[in-house]
This record gives sequence, structure tokens and C-alpha cells, in this order.
Amino acid sequence: MAAENQTPPVLEARALGKTLGGNRVLDAVSLALPKGCVKVLIGPSGAGKSTLLQCLNFLIPPDSGSILLEGREVNARSRRELCSLRQQVGMIFQDFNLFDHLSAMENVRVALMKVKGMSKLDAGELALAELSRVGLLDKAALYPANLSGGQKQRVAIARALAMDPKVMLLDEPTSALDPELIGEVLAVIRDLAQNGMTMIIATHQISFSASLADEFLFMEKGRVIESGSPAELLRRDSGSRTLAFCAKISELSGEAGEAGLAAGLGESVRAGVSVGAAGLGAESPV
Amino acid sequence: MDFSLAYTATREALPYMLGGVIWTVGLICGAMLLGLALGVPLAVLHVYGPWPARRAVSIYVWLFRGIPILVQMYIFYFGLLAWLSTLPLLSGLGLDSPFVAAVLVLGLTSSAYQSQIFRGAIQSLPAGQLKAARAMGMTDAQAIRSIILPQALRLSIPAWSNEYSILLKDSALAFTIGVVEIMARMRAIASTTHEPVSMTFLAGIIFFALTWVGVKALSLLENRVRIAGYTRQGAA
Amino acid sequence: MSTTYLEFLRAELVPGLMEGLWTSIAVIVPSAALGVLIGLFAGVLRVYGPRPVRQFTEAYVSLFRGTPLVVQVFFWYFALPYISIGGHSIVLDAIPASILAFGLCSGAYQSEYIRGGLLSIKRGQIRAALALGMTTRQAVQSVVLPQAFRRALPGCGNELIYLIKYSSLASIITVNELTGTATTIAKNTWRNIEVFCTLGVYYLVLVTLATWLLHLLEDSLSVPGFERHKS
Ligand SMILES: Nc1ncnc2c1ncn2[C@@H]1O[C@H](COP(=O)(O)OP(=O)(O)O)[C@@H](O)[C@H]1O
Ligand SMILES: [Mg+2]
Repeated sequence: MAAENQTPPVLEARALGKTLGGNRVLDAVSLALPKGCVKVLIGPSGAGKSTLLQCLNFLIPPDSGSILLEGREVNARSRRELCSLRQQVGMIFQDFNLFDHLSAMENVRVALMKVKGMSKLDAGELALAELSRVGLLDKAALYPANLSGGQKQRVAIARALAMDPKVMLLDEPTSALDPELIGEVLAVIRDLAQNGMTMIIATHQISFSASLADEFLFMEKGRVIESGSPAELLRRDSGSRTLAFCAKISELSGEAGEAGLAAGLGESVRAGVSVGAAGLGAESPV
Repeated sequence: MDFSLAYTATREALPYMLGGVIWTVGLICGAMLLGLALGVPLAVLHVYGPWPARRAVSIYVWLFRGIPILVQMYIFYFGLLAWLSTLPLLSGLGLDSPFVAAVLVLGLTSSAYQSQIFRGAIQSLPAGQLKAARAMGMTDAQAIRSIILPQALRLSIPAWSNEYSILLKDSALAFTIGVVEIMARMRAIASTTHEPVSMTFLAGIIFFALTWVGVKALSLLENRVRIAGYTRQGAA
Repeated sequence: MSTTYLEFLRAELVPGLMEGLWTSIAVIVPSAALGVLIGLFAGVLRVYGPRPVRQFTEAYVSLFRGTPLVVQVFFWYFALPYISIGGHSIVLDAIPASILAFGLCSGAYQSEYIRGGLLSIKRGQIRAALALGMTTRQAVQSVVLPQAFRRALPGCGNELIYLIKYSSLASIITVNELTGTATTIAKNTWRNIEVFCTLGVYYLVLVTLATWLLHLLEDSLSVPGFERHKS
């Protein structure tokens, strides 16, 4: 326990602030991601989840506050430090952002060569290994235009993993997918979590994330207004904003598993939720 | 360069240069109408015709898009039309006039380009349109005339405005065969007044203004015939 | 008629036009290079340049696209010498004047395609590259430019075809390229139809050849999602 406290979090944000077009999009948001933990960001659209995630690797430079990688503050003015931070922080986007002119394998390979300076051969070998990890070895030669949404997102995950990141930021990784394709991506994410990857995920997949999150962070209007374990926040009598929000979106999406969400999350959280998650993760890609 | 001299020269040249506008506008109107009159049937043939007709349209388009306007002016004015007008049957029809030659060249070339525009528009319509019309008992000819073309022509107006500005600029080449449009007058005045700089600018401004007026007019037309919500994206 | 068309073709037309052809190529190639170069710079500046630079390039493009090329050719050859700055004026020979005119005009059109290619690239593409740790320069080199180039290629190629045809305008300012040579032969022989139709064939061959080469290039660069739209 004592030793654990001395290890700084892999990634930490202190009092991040961001104003966009007169809007206070982030208002002094702080969070820490200790090694191996999975945190889930939930909250209504426009709450600032994407902005927060992109501030963590300076894709959007915050107006105030600081980012610490393994306890050392990142100097965003130094291009070298910025690139090195981004190498160590993997990011997954809602709309995949695969490079459209490159095949799946080349998508994974390009940064290995350009950023890590690997040889074409080594980078290609590693790229194929990463693709097979997400179950897409046979699609390595295909271009994004010929991949399904779920396959694209899995290539994007392989691309991020190939850089050997210390932490992954996932911004609504399944929101742009057709329902029947969500499962294959969630299965890959679950696999990552089980292998101890440190992650923060913005998502609306409540039952799935409840089954693997160490902590839920509920965001609204640029602030984290509630945080705690999913069991705590989703308890039927918790009266939390999180519970109200989750009940609303699961009602709208009409998931059978989610309907029993509040009920099932009493004593046996894992058991209750895994019903929903099992349904979603049915198709295992690996 | 003496600016007051340039100013006087420009002012004196203005009425004469503006007189050229009539010829330029005549060339463009003639060419656009000819291009439209030929371009629409060519496009329909290209899409719906039997293969020899489709092939013939392709060759027509290839010919007129491949030969420079200037060369076509020479072929028609100094060659074909000069020869035709010596035939007893065709003499006295004014075929040897430079204006006729220029309108023919610009119009035929434009018909090749316009047929491509219309073809694109026709092909961008959903296949269901023709099927629905046939299902109502229309013949193909009726369906094309009353269902396909009204939609395709609307979709073509933006491309038309581009075609107009191309024609306007190409029309300046008619001076080479003796049409007294803007460019011809600019050259004449520039050499008599020794003010080629101000005359080129004057001609440039006139062409610029004509482009602007034409594009505005076509966008007005587009708004007039617009159907709410009907755009190329909406139709595709 | 003294000689048949074929004899005329062999004895006079082909040798004359051959010489003109070389001059045409000597005008087209540098103009095309100049046009692509200017178009590249202007296109990039129109998208990424600071505001005043952007406005300046916009003005350049609308000026050169809004006026007939023949007026521009006339300006560079006949009018430029009349502009004297501090007692000095520039007099261009016919060929350099045509190259300058064609290059500047073509550059304005090329910049449209380059600009379109750059604008067609979704913001997420650069974002994803940066998120992987690439520098802006690496992202532009390995993600933006390869995509923009493929998107711009059909338009840029089309513009090169136009340039081939409009190079005939050089004959107006006395350059003895294809059209200029043909005009001379026609004047001397009075065989207008034969001369000008043969001239037309020369351009058809040039244009068709160039179109074919461009399609080869496009196909060799084509990847799914960036295919040439078959016409
Ligand atoms: N460039 C911008 N200018 C002004 N407001 C912006 C800009 N980008 C985002 N916003 C606002 O910031 C807020 C947070 O957006 P975002 O982080 O995307 O929310 P979320 O990902 O939680 O849906 C939204 O209200 C959005 O309208
Ligand atoms: Mg978002």
C-alpha cells in the first residue's frame, strides 16, 4: 500500500481550464490515472468530455492548468516534449480517423517509422502483430474505404497500441458504429483492460463500462460533478445524477440488459451488469 | 507613363469599346443557345441511346474538346465555311461571315461540354425516377421529357454559370477572324493611341464586369426555378 | 490543285508542323511547370496563409481567372514594355511572354484544385497524426500532402490539357509554334481546309496522349476511396 502511494499516477491533470468561443468548456478539471486503472467519463453531449480528453495530450491546448506524465509536468512549449507525450498517450477517436490513403497495415506502420524511427521491415512486422491482436490480420492489406466501422476502429486501436502507450484515451469509441458492430470493439477494449492497460474512456455504453471501470466520472457543463465506483453511483437508492442520466439513456436505447440496471446493481454489481455486457461482447474478435 | 494622358485616352475609347460588348454578348448568347439545343439531345443519346449513338456522341465530344478554339475558328472560317459559301446552293446565306463562324465554333464546342454537364446530372438522378415514371405507364420518351430533364436541367445551372464564364473568355478569340468584339477593338485602339496598358486594363474590366453580371443572372435563374430542398446532394 | 493531299502532307505540311510542334512543346512544358509551381504556392497560401496573404492570392486568382487569356497574353507582350519604372521597362520576347502569360494564368486555375484538395482533407486526419506523436511537418508530409495530391490530380491534369490547347494563342503574338506555322503554310499555299484540319489532328493527338498519360499516373496512385471517377 505504502509503495503504491509513492508511485505517481501515469497521467494526471491539474485544474484544467478551457474557454472556447466565450464558453467555459472546462472549468478547473482535475483527474489522476494510476497505473492499471480504468476510468469512465460519462455525461450529456456538450459536457466537455472530448475537450477534456484532447486537452490531456494537448491536441487542444488548455488555457490553464497542467498535465503530468508519471509525475513530471509536461512543458507544452517544447515540441519535443509534446511529441514524446503524445507517443506515450494513445488516443482513439469517435470517427476513427484512419489515414484514408493508407492500408490497414500502413496505418499502423507509418508512425512507427516516422516517429519511432523504426525500419520499414521491423515496423511492418510489429504492425502485423498488432493487427492480429485485434483480430484483423487478414484485413491488413485493405484500405479504410473497404473496412467496416468496427474494423476501422479496431485498426485505430492497433495503431495506437503499436506505439506502446502507457495510457489510452478513448473518446466514444463505439458511438459512430452500427449496433451490430459495437460488440467487436468492446471486446477488444475489455481485453485491454484485463491486460492492465491504464485507460480513460468517454462512452455511453453504461453496462459495459460499469463492468470494467474502477471509477465513473460524471461531467456536466465543463466540470466533474460526481465521481465514485460504478457500484456506488448506480445503486438504486444513491439518488445520484449519474444514476438519473444512465437510467435516461438506457431507457432511450432500450437495451434489455440496461433496463434492469438499477435493480441488478445492488449487491452483485458485476453479476447484474455482465448480463448486458455479455450480450454486447458476444462476438469475440480474438 | 502619363496618367492624365491614359485617363483621356481611356475616356475617349470607352464608347467604342462598349460597342464591342454587343458583339461579345451576341456571340455568347448564340453559342449558349446552340450549345443547349445540341447539348441536351446529345446527353440524352449518350445516356439512353443505342451503342452506336453513344459511341458517336463520345467521338463528337472528343473532337470538340480536343481541338483548340483558335484552330477551330480557322478551320471553320478560313476552311469549311469559306468553301461552303462558294457552292451555288449555299451562297448568299451569309455563311462567310466571321460572326456566324465564331458562333458555330463556340456553340459546337459548348455543346460538347454542356452534354457532359447534362449527362452527369442525368446520371446523378436516382434510378427510381425513371422506374416510377414507367410504372405510371409513361413511355421512355415521355419520362425523359417530363421527369428526367426538368430535374437534370435544374441541377445543371451551377455548372452552366461556369460554362458561361468559359464562353465569355473564349469569345475574345473571335477577333482573330475579324469579329469586332471587345478584344478586336482594344487591339485597334491600343495601336492607334499607343496606350496599350490602359486599354488592356479597360478590356479586362469590361470582361470582368460581364462575368459578374452573367454569373449573377444565372444565380437569379437558379433561385427562380429552385424547388425547396432540391439540390444535387438532395437528389443524389 | 497541283498536288494531292498526301503529297502536300509529306512534302510541306509534316516538315513544317514538326518544327512548330517542337516550339509548341518548348512553350507548353515550361508554362506547365510554372503553372503547377505557382498553383501549389497559391493553393497552399489560400488555405493556410495569414489573412493578408490569403486576400492577395485570392485577388490574383480572380484577376487571372476573370479575364480572357488572350487579353493577358496581349498585356505581357505588347503592353508591358510601355510600363516604365524609374526609366526602366521590361521588354519580353514572344516566347518568354507566352510562357509567363500561360504560367500565371494556369497557376491561378491550378491553385483552385490544390486548394480543393487541401480543403477536402478532414481535420481528424491531422489530429490523428499529431496524436501519434508526429510533428506538424511530419503530419503534413505523410498524411496531408499524399491525400491532397490524389484529390487534386484529376483537376490539375485537366488544366494541363487546357494549357496544351491554349498554347495555340502564342501564335497571336508571332510565336511560330504549331498554329503559327500552320497559318503561314495556309497563307502561302491557300490550302486552308487541309492545313487547319491537319493542325487539328496534331492537337487531338497531343491532347489524347496527355490524357492517357495522366490516367496512367492516376491509376498508379489510386487507392480505394481515392479512385478516378470513371466518366
Ligand atoms: N471551437 C469551439 N468553439 C466554441 N465552442 C466549442 C468549440 N468546440 C467545442 N465547443 C463547445 O464545447 C462544449 C464541449 O464540447 P465537447 O467537449 O465536444 O463535449 P462532449 O464531447 O462532452 O460532447 C460544447 O458545448 C461545445 O459546443
Ligand atoms: Mg464528444
